[in-house]
Amino acid sequence: MKIFQDAGHLFRLAAVFLLGLILFLVIRSFLVPRSFGRYGHYRANAITETAALPVNYAGHQVCENCHGDVLEVKSKGVHKGVACESCHGPLAAHAEDPASVLPVKLDTAVLCARCHQENIAKPKTFPQVNAAEHSGGAACNTCHQPHSPAMDTEVKQ
Amino acid sequence: MHIPVDGFMYPNEVELQWSVLIVLYPFLTGLVAGAFILASLERVFQVQAVKPTYRLALLTALAFLLVAPMPLQLHLGHPERSFEMYLTPHGSSAMAMFGFVYLWYLLAVLVLEIWLDYRRDIVILSQTTTGWRRAIYRVLTLGSNNISPHALHIDDRAGWLITVIGIPSAFLLHGYVGFIFGSVKANPWWSSPLMPVVFLFSAMVSGIAVVLLLYMLLTRLRGEPIDMRCVDTMARYLFYTFIIDFSLEMLDLVHRIYEADESFRSLDFMVHTRLYFSQIVLQILLGTLAPIILLGITQVIKLSDLVRKRIYATAGCLTLIGIFAMRWNVVIGGQLFSKSFLGYTTYKMGFVAREGLLTAIVLSILPFVFLWALVKILPPWPEKALLARSASPQ
Amino acid sequence: MTITRRQLLILLPAAAVAWDYILAGTPEASPNYNMAEHWWAMLVDITKCIGCGSCVRGCQQENHVPDGYYRTWVERYHIEDWQMEYPEVDSPDGGKNGFPPAKETGGKNFFVPKLCNHCADSPCTQVCPVGATFVSPDGVVLVDQKYCLGCRYCVQACPYGCRFINPQTETANKCTLCYHRITKGLTTACCEVCPTGARQLANLKDPKDPIHDFLRTHSVQVLKPQMATRSKCFYNGLDGAVR
Repeated sequence: MKIFQDAGHLFRLAAVFLLGLILFLVIRSFLVPRSFGRYGHYRANAITETAALPVNYAGHQVCENCHGDVLEVKSKGVHKGVACESCHGPLAAHAEDPASVLPVKLDTAVLCARCHQENIAKPKTFPQVNAAEHSGGAACNTCHQPHSPAMDTEVKQ
Repeated sequence: MHIPVDGFMYPNEVELQWSVLIVLYPFLTGLVAGAFILASLERVFQVQAVKPTYRLALLTALAFLLVAPMPLQLHLGHPERSFEMYLTPHGSSAMAMFGFVYLWYLLAVLVLEIWLDYRRDIVILSQTTTGWRRAIYRVLTLGSNNISPHALHIDDRAGWLITVIGIPSAFLLHGYVGFIFGSVKANPWWSSPLMPVVFLFSAMVSGIAVVLLLYMLLTRLRGEPIDMRCVDTMARYLFYTFIIDFSLEMLDLVHRIYEADESFRSLDFMVHTRLYFSQIVLQILLGTLAPIILLGITQVIKLSDLVRKRIYATAGCLTLIGIFAMRWNVVIGGQLFSKSFLGYTTYKMGFVAREGLLTAIVLSILPFVFLWALVKILPPWPEKALLARSASPQ
Repeated sequence: MTITRRQLLILLPAAAVAWDYILAGTPEASPNYNMAEHWWAMLVDITKCIGCGSCVRGCQQENHVPDGYYRTWVERYHIEDWQMEYPEVDSPDGGKNGFPPAKETGGKNFFVPKLCNHCADSPCTQVCPVGATFVSPDGVVLVDQKYCLGCRYCVQACPYGCRFINPQTETANKCTLCYHRITKGLTTACCEVCPTGARQLANLKDPKDPIHDFLRTHSVQVLKPQMATRSKCFYNGLDGAVR
């Protein structure tokens, strides 16, 4: 046909484009991760990878398995709803290997103040004091047993 | 690095996410789209007056398009994963379009159109040059030496078709960038249906300005006389496009001030303080009003060729500064205020850093280096000897 | 037996494809966990928050959050009388070490813990160009650390400012609702350490979950409801001045 007579160069060009497209599709089929698209437009293995990350806080139920005596004291006081690791920090490593990984000794003057230092933005019903006026800077566990802070609870040093 | 904050910002907002390189990217693609639209004026709309700039406009578009992905790659946390946009583009993301729109525009529009327009020169040069230059031209011919009148006629018709497809493609290439910002509901400085349109018209303004400046500069360097009818026409199109661009930006501004929604006070304060110089002085006064007034003068008062050339050059430079400032105000401005509308942060731009000012400067100069190379390989103004040689059949 | 070049050209790609299929079927990390039975949410009780910052510290220690970036944080609000449109807000280091004594003596003051809202209509997952961030089938918005390019579009798109780029991995990062914990029957780190129970993890698909009762009997709000993100972080006692 007349229209195709001098269009050889256009056919060559089309061939180059087609080759490029095929090459792209082939390469793509190798590179798209296998689990992609299983649940949606993402790599499904990302879910399992995220779920497999290491845990650092054991959770209070784990503590209670060994430290039943503390649980006994705590459950009678106002701190019964406070998780162990809230004060003692992440201790999954300790739960895994109790002998070699030991919890850090806590400085009550700093620790207790974070919750109980008075602040106008804290709920009015929440127990809060001005530490300087309240204890003159002495450590809180001088008078309070942290696991059950009511004054009639015996303080162990 | 301590970043000074005024008022309150959400803690993760203090550090800016998108740097000067992300300001540069829409500036570069804007020049591409604008230069191409100018080229299409001649090809599709038969505006013969701008014919002397046709090839230059295409090569300029290509030079800038080749550099355009570079600021993006330098900005990414993992540039080695950027090919993922080709593997698994996310249909709901405007940014995912980038890979395909870019590739489409580069290959199916720009490279194709340049090839079709230059094919005759390429074939002749492949037969008349020697050494490595000959090798380049021979590859570019794709093995076909057919430059008969009928073949060239087919090229011309195909080129026309490519340009017709190219115009909406150019709109898409830059319009999607505007949509990337305009579709972010979380950011009231960006979220607007006007954003893609404003981006597009400011792109056209900057593209016409850059081709106007380059044409005047290169013609001067070649020792040839500047075609006044050509530059007058380009300046006229620049003027009209500017009027539309300015109207759109003023519409956005007036609308914001009038509606005064929850974000207004915060944004207003930001514009009057942190963005004062780049928005009021650079973008609006020097970058938009001054060129409009200068170009307007040339439209109503009859001035000599020399004065008109001086005005065009000045207006062109001011335009480019103004459009860059506009991109800065959108990208950086959109990150200076807190989404809580209670505070402002500061942009700490490094100098010698991956996303620093020096990198931005180098990337701004690089397209001209590419253009220089392209002009050498594909001369926009064929030498008279070449024209004579092609007159006799090979 | 000799393999011809032609046979190798056919065998090698086939072997590669088969190997990929073998590698793709990785087992669930938590064998007892069924995604279909969960639709995770969080309940934050403003009336109980004391701004101690335990949640911020707990999250940092559980998830190795780098300094200066926050997967969760606490804001303190001060509102003078009726001027709800001009609250004074601060969040020193995200509230990680609690808050210093307030300068104000009157007005309305309270703390607001913030975290990823795990939106059901998440704007951040909408804009990800490659599918590196997504809403999991059990309603948690996660980031694929191996696939994220670090383009930062998701950070821009989040209306709540809960995303950041981790400077060590150069990828997007945010609260994962401690996915690695909740799929093992534990609660999130922030809920675990909150001393007042101001933060409660909830499974909306569990009919016995206390959240259903709570939602029915309290006025609850979400942050920026006008954004229509279908946020699953519900607040009790959220003042209208909260941004």
